[in-house]
Amino acid sequence: MSVNTVPCTVKPTVTLQIGDAETDSSRPGVYVIDVTLPIGQTVNIQEISFKNYYTAYVSVRLLRRDGEGAAKWVTCLRNHCLMPSPHTEEGSQDYCSVYRQQMLIEPDNVTSVRLILRQPSSAWLNFSVEDIKIHPCLNEDSEWDIPDWLSDLTQVDQLCDLQGLPDPQTVSCSIQQMWALTEVMQTNQTTASIGRFDVRGVPIVYLHMESNVHITFPAVVGEKDLESKEGPVMLHHFLFIYWLNNVSIQTSLR
Amino acid sequence: MMDEGTELSLTIAQIVQRLKATHLHSQIERQAKECLHRPEIQLESLKEDVRNFLKASGWERKLQNAVYRELHVQPLPSHPAAPPEHAKEPLAYMRKAQVNWEKRILKSLNSMCTELGVPLARKRPAVEQKELTNKWNEMGTDEPDLSRFRPVYAPKDFLEVLISLRNPNHDSSEEASAKSHWGLIQVPLHDRDIPQMREAYSELSLTTGQLGIDDHTHVPPDLFESEHTRIGKKVVNEQDSAAAQQYSRQGCPTGLRADLWALILNSTNEPEDVMHYEQLKAGVIHHDLLVDNLIYKDVKLTASNDDYYFVFEDFLYQVLLCFSRDTAVLEHFSYNSATPPKSYIQGKVGVEEFAVVYPPNGVIPFHGFSMYVAPLCFLYNEPSKLYSVFREMYVRYFFRLHSVSSSTSGIVSLCLQFERLLQTHLPQLFYHLREIGAQPLRIAFKWMVRAFSGYLSTDQLLLLWDRILGYDSLEIVAVLAAAVFAFRAENLMEVTSLTSAEVSVPRPQAGRLSPTHTHTGFHSGPWLLK
Repeated sequence: MSVNTVPCTVKPTVTLQIGDAETDSSRPGVYVIDVTLPIGQTVNIQEISFKNYYTAYVSVRLLRRDGEGAAKWVTCLRNHCLMPSPHTEEGSQDYCSVYRQQMLIEPDNVTSVRLILRQPSSAWLNFSVEDIKIHPCLNEDSEWDIPDWLSDLTQVDQLCDLQGLPDPQTVSCSIQQMWALTEVMQTNQTTASIGRFDVRGVPIVYLHMESNVHITFPAVVGEKDLESKEGPVMLHHFLFIYWLNNVSIQTSLR
Repeated sequence: MMDEGTELSLTIAQIVQRLKATHLHSQIERQAKECLHRPEIQLESLKEDVRNFLKASGWERKLQNAVYRELHVQPLPSHPAAPPEHAKEPLAYMRKAQVNWEKRILKSLNSMCTELGVPLARKRPAVEQKELTNKWNEMGTDEPDLSRFRPVYAPKDFLEVLISLRNPNHDSSEEASAKSHWGLIQVPLHDRDIPQMREAYSELSLTTGQLGIDDHTHVPPDLFESEHTRIGKKVVNEQDSAAAQQYSRQGCPTGLRADLWALILNSTNEPEDVMHYEQLKAGVIHHDLLVDNLIYKDVKLTASNDDYYFVFEDFLYQVLLCFSRDTAVLEHFSYNSATPPKSYIQGKVGVEEFAVVYPPNGVIPFHGFSMYVAPLCFLYNEPSKLYSVFREMYVRYFFRLHSVSSSTSGIVSLCLQFERLLQTHLPQLFYHLREIGAQPLRIAFKWMVRAFSGYLSTDQLLLLWDRILGYDSLEIVAVLAAAVFAFRAENLMEVTSLTSAEVSVPRPQAGRLSPTHTHTGFHSGPWLLK
């Protein structure tokens, strides 16, 4: 669970349906949402989180850049179920996350994420996902860029004459422990009505994701043609296979 | 949707935090310290020996029961991005409906307040306090003038709110089709059908013994009853909550029911519980709340008029007046879709530091609320124990019957379940009743809101509540309502109006209602009724 999110752009949703979108009266059952990173940036994904709004199944594809610089689309999640019973409300407005461990391939060096949303039930007027956030893998030394001259400072180890005083190392260790103890006691709070502090307890910290990037996108269908205006990837055509009872889509990009 | 390991550790951490600093925790600590004097505790294997001692002396079982109780009331660990209102109720339109409903209730309460000129709360003068202390055990003899007070709302008002619930994203424009729902609830919640329920309620199948059917006088007790009672006594001796809950699915023998229910709910009657009750009683004596009058009125209108419960009138006051002042009840609002009403100190409206929850427990009683307590009076005669059991039953089950939520035990789901069962299994009856303007839910709603309290004879009702506790769900209430309609199907097919339909399904006191779930050979309804 990471607090960091990567700033990214969420493109408007695109419907995928057979026939003419304007004249056809039936509602689409598949939407595609592209989430792209700024040009040139790649990310190693730890988690993709979003809020569901009546989407039944989601598939995730990633545009990965391999060593030579060539980009390739791969499927990392196939038909992940968000609503166990698409005609009913269960899971319809839940907050969800897709974790690295659930993905079929390693989500490293990703430049673009494509979410394919499916809702086979005709009971709903609209469906989508909201608040899409991509969380990168945490690296230990990624946050703190210390200037070079700091690392040049060397520690001066002076052997001082203790004169019967205890070794400063052991003293600092035990002082640290005591300090940690007082910190724990301060932060430790119980919910029972008769309150007592117990140092053996486990303080619980919830991480709340805060992002400066607020992503909104319309639920209305965008362009039919998925030609990307800025990215390097040009999508030429799609292949759809529909089954009447259960709308199931396979897409392949060429 | 977090991975299972994280979810489990989060749950464990939450339970540990809740149980720490409770009385049980300090008791176990003290026991562990004292047992160090015992000869069998060796220094080399200290941890193991202390653990074994706690197990042998029954303290581990008490801890298990406490953890089991916490698991019942804890909401599932939610996604870190989810705000707290999402844990209360995930669907936005239901949250909105509940908020609007609460606004209406508060408006009604406030207008009654201003009309009658009665303050929401006032301190009792010393004379009145003394009088009340003397009359504590016979408050029923008091005949205060309650004619000006009226209940804040009745179940039928709440039904109108549920009927008007609509999901804005749901396509309801289609004309009558195979999947259209004939009933009043038009919300697409998930519910279980008969085959799924057969699996879930397997202990209620025709081939398993049940108390309520297989303990009749003409059935030899060796067949089922004596063995079941023997097991019951064993469960009570072991003091195991989980075993008691499982046992209760086949009914509790009358003599053991009080202990078994207390075990399932983990309701203790330790000195700290008695002290808590005495504190609440002191609160009642010191302050007079407006809701007290509502409680008086409700008891006088419902329980006092009931053949079975009028004898318990005094008990009902003692429990409900204390219940209104118990702030421990506020904890359950973290998983209840409702929000407790707040009132502000004069002149400081909107400032959170001057906000006070009113009533102190956040629950405004409605017409018929006292019927939740009345059947329990048959089981417990000590007010603090009765109070403890009622409070636990309220924060686990009863609160779902009068708040708008998508929970499977919530009243919306129960109504939908009832209507779906009727439409699937008794379509002719449903259609007929619709045609004469007598929607079945209008008749059955008041039964379900009260969990059949006051509509079933007490022994039947307690058997029903055995199963509610055993399966930890109110779903069975909806199934019973459908079964009653199935039982009266012939009579109902001949009625021609709503009023005659209501009369045709009277309080089934004379008949015996025995819950047995669907068996494959059973066609006309989910319940076997005698």
